[in-house]
Amino acid sequence: MKKTSLTLAAAIAMMASGAMAQDVVRIGTEGAYPPWNFINDANEVVGFEIDLGNEICRRAELTCEWVLNDWDTIIPNLVSGNYDVIMAGMSITEARSQVISFTTNYLPSDPSAYMGLADTDPSVIENGVIAVQSNTVQAGIVADGDADGLEFPTPDETISAVRNGEADAVLADKNFLAAYVEDSGGELVFLGDDLYPGDGTGAGVRQSDHELRETLTAIIEEMKEDGSLNELIVEWFGDGIAQF
Amino acid sequence: MFSFCIEPATLPQWQWFACYLTTATHLQFYRSFGVVLVLLAITAPVALGMGMLGALALRARLWPVRLVGQGYVNLVRGVPDIVFFLFVPIALGQGIEWVLHHINCPDWEQPIRQGNDFIVCREAKVPPNNAARWVFELYAFIMAVVAFALVFGAFVANTLYGAMQAVPRAQVETAEAYGMTRGQAFRRVVMPQMWVYALPGLSNIWQILIKATPLLFLLGIQDAVYWARELGGQKTSLYAYPHPDWRMWYFLALLCFYLLLTWGSERVFARLNDRLSHGQATAAGERLRKAAA
Repeated sequence: MKKTSLTLAAAIAMMASGAMAQDVVRIGTEGAYPPWNFINDANEVVGFEIDLGNEICRRAELTCEWVLNDWDTIIPNLVSGNYDVIMAGMSITEARSQVISFTTNYLPSDPSAYMGLADTDPSVIENGVIAVQSNTVQAGIVADGDADGLEFPTPDETISAVRNGEADAVLADKNFLAAYVEDSGGELVFLGDDLYPGDGTGAGVRQSDHELRETLTAIIEEMKEDGSLNELIVEWFGDGIAQF
Repeated sequence: MFSFCIEPATLPQWQWFACYLTTATHLQFYRSFGVVLVLLAITAPVALGMGMLGALALRARLWPVRLVGQGYVNLVRGVPDIVFFLFVPIALGQGIEWVLHHINCPDWEQPIRQGNDFIVCREAKVPPNNAARWVFELYAFIMAVVAFALVFGAFVANTLYGAMQAVPRAQVETAEAYGMTRGQAFRRVVMPQMWVYALPGLSNIWQILIKATPLLFLLGIQDAVYWARELGGQKTSLYAYPHPDWRMWYFLALLCFYLLLTWGSERVFARLNDRLSHGQATAAGERLRKAAA
């Protein structure tokens, strides 16, 4: 017992003293939210945010690595230092800004929409059961409204809830729902009007990490100026969405 | 995987499935069953060790040791597992980094806790910031083993403690009459006999441990349940192999896996019970004696 604990301590000490020159910036993402970030069939993390993050790192001359983390614990793991940045389709909100800080937005305030089965009466928005992913801006909207909220840990489960009748509609980012509406061949439709919650999507960093936030913000601004950010947005979301 | 998999959308059905079931993510899914088995294979003996220490602490003559044992067993059994699994990796991780920070960076001026943030110097990072990906994965796995062993060790401790008490007092008295010390009596008489009393409880804990492995994903490990959920969910045309919600089939596969696992371990426990009951003054031991005669 003693011997193993000694070796363990030695191993940890060795790992800890092996620090080298170039620091790696670790970026946490969910990997379950196409087209922002998802795992493709080749088991690679891909998506709009992956392309954007890699481009930011290239321009800032940082070595970056992607880390997958469950959505519900994505903020606690950032503040305890398990990774340094969150890029996970996270809307910039007041409540989150009290815990972490955000770079400037890399997506303009994007629409949220209700989606339901084709013959659903739009009044369910007011008085029905609405599926949302927990800890999202949409979950906040539903909690403040009159409809009953039904929360799920992953975005995929909110869609299933609508399909199997557990919920009347789902409220989520419109660009996430768009692919489901398109693929369903008329089975799923958008209901009611779009909402524009939050101040857009940004990268989250620890509040004490001023330097990193400044670096990321500067490059995102640069990419807004030279149009390369818009190109990425069109590449992943099509040209129907707000650009800079 | 296969040479014909280049353009999945145009394939006939059997080829499409052959390609689909051998994508990199599916291979990862198959591997995750191995991860679950490895975790079980490592966690079970470690938890048994923790439990043995806990049981010995509960029996200790020194009251502070007894108090530690009671504190461990009652505290851990009282807290919901899920809280523990969220708490242990973050608290333990921060604890290790805190200690290393004080050893490696005595000159550091900033506070470790700044508002919500937990910040240590880079020499104190575990794993170090630029370690390879597998180091991070190994670290997460070790954290998982520790968390599981802590939780299940507490249950094992109570079971073993009960089993030690169940060994007939007369046996210990006889050992003492032969002039054995307390320690000798424990090692030679109590220890070998207690297992048969502990076995039903241990097999319960083992089955619960098997069923608790899906909690692994909370610890950042992609286990079989995570992959079943991820792969089974509806895939839109953004993916190379779009399909509707197939979670039922994936969960059915999981069901078979877990049933097989529990069925197999039931059989192992039944055989163990037979072996341990040999020559014991229990009903099962009596049956064996009669069967042999």
